[in-house]
Amino acid sequence: MAKSICLYFQIHQPTRLRQYRFFDIGKDSHYYDDFANRTILRRVAQRCYLPMNEVILGLLRENRNFKVAFSISGSAIEQFDRYAPEVLDSFRQLAQTGQVEFLCETYNHSLASLASPVEFSHQVMKHKAVIEKCFGQTPAIFRNTELIYNNSIGEQVFEMGFKGILTEGARHIMGWKSPNYIYACEGRKKLAVLLRNYALSDDIAFRFSDRGWENWPLTGEKYLGWLKNSINEAGDVVNLFMDYETFGEHQSAQSGIFEFIKYLVHVVQSDGAFEFNTPSEVVKKYKPVDEIDITETISWADEERDVTAWLGNELQQEAFNKLYGLYEKLSLINDSMLWNDFGHLQESDHFYYMCTKFFSDGEVHKYFNPYDTPYEAFINYMNVLSDFILRVNDEYSIIDTTFAESAEKEEVARKVTSKPVVKKKTTEKAVERKKVAEKPVARKSSAKKTAK
Amino acid sequence: MFGWEFPPHIAGGLGTACYGIVKGLAYNGVETLFVMPSASGDEDQSAARIINASDVPVEFPANLSVKTFLDKVQFVHIGTNMVPYLDPQEFHDLVEKDKKRQVRDFRINYGQKYKFSGKYGSDLMEEVARYAMIGGTIAMEHKDEFDVIHAHDWLTYCAGIAAKQLTGKPLVVHVHATSFDRSSDQNIDTRVYEIEKRGMEAADRVITVSDLTRNIVITKYGINPDKVVTVHNAVDFSGKENMQVERGVKDKVVTFLGRITFQKGPEYFIEAAAKVLKRTKNVRFVMAGSGDMMNRSIRYVARLGLSDRFHFTGFLRGVEVQKMFALSDVYVMPSVSEPFGISPLEAMRTNVPSVISKQSGAAEVLKYAFKVDFWDVDAMADQIYALLNYPALSEFASKHGYDEVNALKWNNATAKMKKVYESVIK
Repeated sequence: MAKSICLYFQIHQPTRLRQYRFFDIGKDSHYYDDFANRTILRRVAQRCYLPMNEVILGLLRENRNFKVAFSISGSAIEQFDRYAPEVLDSFRQLAQTGQVEFLCETYNHSLASLASPVEFSHQVMKHKAVIEKCFGQTPAIFRNTELIYNNSIGEQVFEMGFKGILTEGARHIMGWKSPNYIYACEGRKKLAVLLRNYALSDDIAFRFSDRGWENWPLTGEKYLGWLKNSINEAGDVVNLFMDYETFGEHQSAQSGIFEFIKYLVHVVQSDGAFEFNTPSEVVKKYKPVDEIDITETISWADEERDVTAWLGNELQQEAFNKLYGLYEKLSLINDSMLWNDFGHLQESDHFYYMCTKFFSDGEVHKYFNPYDTPYEAFINYMNVLSDFILRVNDEYSIIDTTFAESAEKEEVARKVTSKPVVKKKTTEKAVERKKVAEKPVARKSSAKKTAK
Repeated sequence: MFGWEFPPHIAGGLGTACYGIVKGLAYNGVETLFVMPSASGDEDQSAARIINASDVPVEFPANLSVKTFLDKVQFVHIGTNMVPYLDPQEFHDLVEKDKKRQVRDFRINYGQKYKFSGKYGSDLMEEVARYAMIGGTIAMEHKDEFDVIHAHDWLTYCAGIAAKQLTGKPLVVHVHATSFDRSSDQNIDTRVYEIEKRGMEAADRVITVSDLTRNIVITKYGINPDKVVTVHNAVDFSGKENMQVERGVKDKVVTFLGRITFQKGPEYFIEAAAKVLKRTKNVRFVMAGSGDMMNRSIRYVARLGLSDRFHFTGFLRGVEVQKMFALSDVYVMPSVSEPFGISPLEAMRTNVPSVISKQSGAAEVLKYAFKVDFWDVDAMADQIYALLNYPALSEFASKHGYDEVNALKWNNATAKMKKVYESVIK
């Protein structure tokens, strides 16, 4: 049986914030830098999404056995829809070949999995719906923002009905284990865990055009040799997960990246040792060799492969806590504008901009960062968040009042004198009820864990 | 009069003060020739003639030798490195060689104009030294047109000394700030300290902007108290209309405005904010400005978990400053050391009651500002809280504060300066 190569590409564009001054708080609630968002999206579309989709489409049509997987964040889909609908069309074309699998993630590329199980599930369901609507398929495999993973995230993802999850084959987690096998989530044997082969993935994503690299230039044959070496040591499948922007944006067209990928697919297929599989196929084809126990949260970012790129310093934690601190109030508010902004403010990129780890992976961070310093990023974000908090509080008090009024009317109708104290209590009860409704999910999972 | 900057192109408060002084002197019947390193031509010349040092080549009358000229201007040679472990003979040779080189350099530069930046950049020492040479030249040229030399802050002291040496006219140096206000005692720039001390020693009179600064001049620079006179700063509000700004937030706003540096005491403001926010929620704190302590302050605020109620604006210019005052309910200046501090005056002029540290010169003249020791965070929090919550108190402070600062006129301050001038003219 041929071994597998699982190609998966991540597509995301942040909703960048405009320069939002202290003076704007309470006056102007448009938070986004539409110009930058449009310009950057159109640039990346021209350099990467459109040409690379064409390459992929060509490969899919040439060979019915070529398979590939994507996940596109909801924020990116919104921007495609607004600024470059032709990109969305070309992804639809890819979807129509039937050889492409779309994965599910958090709608806003958020860190909700680290903040609130309820909001996490909300984000996932929202993304699932948009994928169904755009591409006509129901995603069965999940990839969390930045491949963030731990046992409890695995449990939640399983409860939401997914068959598999993608994460990083981080060296400190793997130890002697190989990322080239399928594993099962600790305590949830039905959830397959696919681990990224970071060495081979980064050879393409980061090192491809680096002329100082001893293996430059990278050719299809050379890379196939590495794939074989890796799989001969151990394993069934090589998981190559990377940003889609690798092709044409991070690695320029002049570096030969498009030709490389075309040629690589040909070489692999004529060689016959490997076949291309989507994550769903991989999950069906192979049995998990073991459970994988990941208690510390991991991700695919930086040398540390943890979440310190987003929540490593006090600025990031403060912004994160203030944002998710609003959740309880928001859960009682049914205002799509507020929820929409809440989603965009959750994008992990905003927290990434506040990262102060400038020494090791600073270069990568700087590349993606519209701000000169993490401090500016923090100030701007907090100014926006302050305005958002004002709006949430206003809306919350309106809801309180209307609730009180309607209660009053009912009671007047029943000709019973009403006291304001009574109204307040009912609201509190409503909050409590909501909380109780949320809790069982968490409790159930922890109960199971202790039982095991 | 030797200055460093003059409106409209100013980086600090020195230019604004000079403008007020020049106008006030004109009112008191004193004519001023104002020399500055780099004039742009759009300065207001109604009160003083402005001489742009960048337009003047270094020249001097034929009856003076290069050496005497250099001795007189006490040319501070730049780039003199500390050379350790030399015996006296070697050292003497080195100094002699250096002197010869100076004379040679000077010959090359003779008759040349030097383009001053008039900023506060990395060539500051070089500019200060050249300003002295050209200052001397200008003083010689206009010898018959003035009676007193007045030099503002250390940047111009060398020029003042040179002018005095070459013309024999009395010198008044004006201390707006000292090295001890720019950094803590251990970290002062010794080169600047040297220049300051030499200027004060060479001067016939030293004018300080507050008694606080007068004390520093006497104790830290060893200047004879008899020749040190305090003339408190004033403020010129002409042309500044109070603006009406529509507020975006319903909460009260407490503001800190200035450079975010050690001497301004930003962390005391943050600690006071934390205390106030514990007791009352409908208030926001704003730290406006930038500086080397800004990032530390942001982290501190984040660590205390105040970021949704404590905002940073970054550096504000002209109109934005006015807007910020107009948006404020309380102004706080918690300076650790402040020779004078004009900002609370501006705040009070905008009807904003102020809490200022006792370690500021402004505290000596403001009766209706609230005064605390900069380190007394509890008292500071208490006063901020009171001003926010007791309308009677804030109305009282705002009304009387407004009248008080309007009475602080440069015309009165410069009348005192005129007396100082008269005392040194023989």
